[in-house]
Amino acid sequence: MATLSRTNGTATEIREPKRLNVARIITWIVVGFMVFITLFPFYWVLRTALTDPDFGTLFAHASDLLPTNATLFNFERVLGMIDPSTIVGQESANLSAGTINFWVYLRNSFIVAGLVTFGQTLFSSMAAYAFARFKFPLRDQIFFVYLTGLMIPGIVLFIPNFVLIKQLGLIGTFAGIVAPGFLMSPFAIFFMRQFFISLNKDLEEAAMLDGATAFGVFWRIAIPLMRGPLLTLGLLTFIGAWNEYLWPFLVGRDESVRVLTVALNVFKSQTPQGAPDWAGLMAGTTVSIVPTILLFIFFGRRVVDSIQFSGFK
Amino acid sequence: MAAIKLPASSQPGQSGLIGRLANNQVLLGYLFILPSMIGFIVFFALPAIRSVIISFHEWNLLTDAEFVGLANYQDIFSDDRFWRSLQITVTYVMWNIPVQTVLAVVIAVFLERISNSSLLRGIMILPWLMPNVIVAMLFVWLLDPTLGLVNIFLQNIGIGKQAFFGDPNQAIASVAGVNIWRHMGYNAILIYAGLKTIPRSLYEAATVDGANLWEQFWGITLPLLRPVLVFVLVTSVIGSFQIFDTIAVATEGGPAGATRTIIVYIYEQVFERRINMGVATAASVVLFAILITVTIIQTRYLRAGQSDLADYQ
Repeated sequence: MATLSRTNGTATEIREPKRLNVARIITWIVVGFMVFITLFPFYWVLRTALTDPDFGTLFAHASDLLPTNATLFNFERVLGMIDPSTIVGQESANLSAGTINFWVYLRNSFIVAGLVTFGQTLFSSMAAYAFARFKFPLRDQIFFVYLTGLMIPGIVLFIPNFVLIKQLGLIGTFAGIVAPGFLMSPFAIFFMRQFFISLNKDLEEAAMLDGATAFGVFWRIAIPLMRGPLLTLGLLTFIGAWNEYLWPFLVGRDESVRVLTVALNVFKSQTPQGAPDWAGLMAGTTVSIVPTILLFIFFGRRVVDSIQFSGFK
Repeated sequence: MAAIKLPASSQPGQSGLIGRLANNQVLLGYLFILPSMIGFIVFFALPAIRSVIISFHEWNLLTDAEFVGLANYQDIFSDDRFWRSLQITVTYVMWNIPVQTVLAVVIAVFLERISNSSLLRGIMILPWLMPNVIVAMLFVWLLDPTLGLVNIFLQNIGIGKQAFFGDPNQAIASVAGVNIWRHMGYNAILIYAGLKTIPRSLYEAATVDGANLWEQFWGITLPLLRPVLVFVLVTSVIGSFQIFDTIAVATEGGPAGATRTIIVYIYEQVFERRINMGVATAASVVLFAILITVTIIQTRYLRAGQSDLADYQ
């Protein structure tokens, strides 16, 4: 600001660019700070995961910016490459007593998120196509009722759905975890309907004239044209299903179907109280973050664009 | 919304009963929405109704449900723990929403001024792509009383270590801080998209009239952002009232019930105290009613659906 007041007496054409530069520098500093705040915790997780898990070492080097005695030991433990029972002596004292084979949880998370993404995207697209293209009684009313489903808080549905899954004997199965999201989500139908409505009908009508069935037109013409929106919807659905905690925790606590989010919290609560197994925990956290980071690297721009779209629905 | 013009069934390729059925719009429409309809009825509509029905019963899942009228609602309203959980939830929302929204606006405005980079925007939404459980885990580690980097930093600059999640007076604000970190970038990207819709010419005209950046922000940017801000506020308030995952990882409702929000209260009714589905569903119905009321007030007060853009042109 001092620069500004000093230039006060000079001509406008000299003052203007200087003022803008100061504003730009301040803006960059603020943005840079926000980027730092956003990224630093991720670095710190990685740094901790690579650090010697011994409590004394962690304590003595708590603020070192680089990992102390860098090691892959924590990743090996978390990925089941080392049998926990073979870790003996002083070092085992503060390591988690929990089962830490993250491969199983990683696989389970992929199965759950994959199935939900497949079913929800397919069946929601079919419904969206019908709402956009076919004329049938009560069409708009049914669509409106679907949309009200967006407003019901999760917990209202979780309790009766939990009871239903229990009565069906599906607690502790993938079917039980996947069922509520497999056939539809109001958002997915709404999202796809917007794109089908704005799709030019000429191609579909031409195919009809050539004798294609309506399902053939949907499957061979409309769906291929929707590759972009479908990929976006698939990504958002996958990330949402991957991140889910409460529902898989309620119905899928069994080891065999436990997903990463649930496993991570179980792992945390099994660590000895006074001195938690931070290095192990952070290695588990890193492993859980990797798939999302990969999706982000390959499809980041698409995710950003789709979020911007969702604000204007 | 107009449906595809279907050719008359007498045309070549459309003859025969199968051909006519395959192109019957009414039949096709219902066929296409059938899977989603099953999903909606089984996992949205019926559970919502069932929640209300269960809330009038005393039921522990093992013996038959017994009709008790409004007794569960009376139980809740005379339960101090319920009122306390409501108060904690509102406190959480009051910490969470204002800070998060202001930061999101600041990030969006600054980002929009200096950069079109989708990489920068991508980085800002990275925390939002992560599961709540993982984000909570990051901060449990960063805010750890003995080894957490934040506490070491606070000690070094003379403020001294804080208990954060472990202090009844700081716990709920700490949980809010975690979710501000997770959501500010996501909301900033929504607002950023809103900024892109404001015509440049308005700023140019204002500059000619001698308005400085600060005046332009209050006079042009903020009023024209209202539709996006309404979307951001309504959706984030609804989400904020349902806070659970972060608490499940970071504090489990403690210390001394300081983070027992409404969903934690409901969860305890189902799984930790005497199993009481009636009280749990009654509380979830009350939460639904609160959310509807808050949403209606917000959309009325914020004049959702109206744009001020016309006033400027």
